[in-house]
Amino acid sequence: MALKTSEESGSPAAIARKHGSRIVAIWFILSLIIDLVVWFVWGPHMPPGDMTTTAAGQQFDFKVLTVMSVPVLLMVWVYGAYVIINFRDRGDHADGYYVKGNRKSQGLWYAATAVLVLFLAGFGTYELVVPAGAGVGEGPSPIWKPASTAHMLQVQVIAQQWRFTYRWPQFGGMETTSLVLPVNTEIQFNVTSLDVIHDFWAYQLGVKADANPEDNNVAYTKTQQTGRFVVRCDELCGIWHGAMYNYGNVVSQNAFYQWATNMEAQNASLTKLLPKYSTVYVPNDNVAGGQYFNG
Amino acid sequence: MSKGARAGLVMVAFAAAIGIILFGVFGYLRSSPPVVSAVPSATQPNTVNVTMQVDGAVGVGPHPTWVGYWIQGANGQYKQTTLLKVPVNTYVHVKLYEYDSGGPLRNPYWGKEIGTAGNVIVVNGQPVSLVNSYAGNGVAHNFDVPGLGVNVALPGVNGNAKNFCNVGPCNPSEAHNLIQFTFYSGKTVHNYRWQCFIPCGLGYLTGNGGPMQSLGYMAGFVQVVK
Repeated sequence: MALKTSEESGSPAAIARKHGSRIVAIWFILSLIIDLVVWFVWGPHMPPGDMTTTAAGQQFDFKVLTVMSVPVLLMVWVYGAYVIINFRDRGDHADGYYVKGNRKSQGLWYAATAVLVLFLAGFGTYELVVPAGAGVGEGPSPIWKPASTAHMLQVQVIAQQWRFTYRWPQFGGMETTSLVLPVNTEIQFNVTSLDVIHDFWAYQLGVKADANPEDNNVAYTKTQQTGRFVVRCDELCGIWHGAMYNYGNVVSQNAFYQWATNMEAQNASLTKLLPKYSTVYVPNDNVAGGQYFNG
Repeated sequence: MSKGARAGLVMVAFAAAIGIILFGVFGYLRSSPPVVSAVPSATQPNTVNVTMQVDGAVGVGPHPTWVGYWIQGANGQYKQTTLLKVPVNTYVHVKLYEYDSGGPLRNPYWGKEIGTAGNVIVVNGQPVSLVNSYAGNGVAHNFDVPGLGVNVALPGVNGNAKNFCNVGPCNPSEAHNLIQFTFYSGKTVHNYRWQCFIPCGLGYLTGNGGPMQSLGYMAGFVQVVK
């Protein structure tokens, strides 16, 4: 930028450098302070929390995105505020400063923001697939899997208008309406639907996968903290879509196995009536409601 | 009549027409089935009684062929509704006459009786904790209140019975199952939605349209009040 004023001494280039240096200094100090606040104060409270590895990964992504965008935002705001404060009309009705392009500063800005955008594109792409699909549904044949699949807990999520139920193949194939998970455990969600397209969104777990009829949408996560989480349908699925939610809990491993074995025993007679466990739950249409199902 | 008076008359007429249209539109949008209050028990404290019936076709109103519920009011008269008002912290004893036919369930999970006293219901005098929908007349519908953790599978009647009730309101001289159960209304004042989870909206996409999505038929609210 080049500025010219009758009130300031020195060449226009020197005046411009002085203002430019001030702007850069203010911008740098503010960016540093706000970025530190974002990372260390606000960051740990950003959604969706850190109950699971995937939630923590998403929180990390939000922190990185915010920290990277703050300097860009501040440069615009600081520059605007500086101009409003310093270059305003002081009542002498004289011509204001004129601004003309400066290839170096413009080029630097373009290059810096381009690098930033390209970095974030790469970062975002990497973070979407690492670790193990970042909690997003990967379809029936996931490419990105956890490093270790031993001891992985399998949970089938069955969506139907307008409720979720869950099947547990490692506990006799029982089905429940409640979702309880053990802490420090790799989980594989097999998400499917009995009717229309739903979406399984376990917000605090950082897991989100569409529930499609006759399809198995796999999502992975690893629990790392106990606590309560909410499950919502995130695909408009009919008039009671807004009521299609429930709460789940991540509990200690002992509490989980006690709950699961109790439920398995309680549901034993019911489980016998369920279809044999399959990653895709395809109901028999020649049954009650089935004849209605296809209209 | 002067020009101004005529203009005024036109404006008044226009405003009146708009008012009538809005009254009709909002009246329609705000229309709702009646709310029936449960009847306090004369013999048991903290207990209310509710008598309901489920018909394969309600027989009245704008959709007489839709499956739906009737709830009996304090005066003994049935009202075609699914809005039930019960007091908080109360045991709700339900006597339900089921007149519709049934069959196997798409998801047999809904055959389990959950959230009722003892996790059982009494069907024609016999305690039942799980309905095998592949046996007998199967399951016709279920009464499920997710917020209260209640799921009641309602066994169906024989659709070929000579005295099968084709059009409601049905009466006990026609084929039916008498189903009784008790659930707790909870400690929280709230409108708990309930619905049938068996797709019984004949002729609608995935069987979940029409009566399945309409208050007064197979979806409603249990209004828990002080």
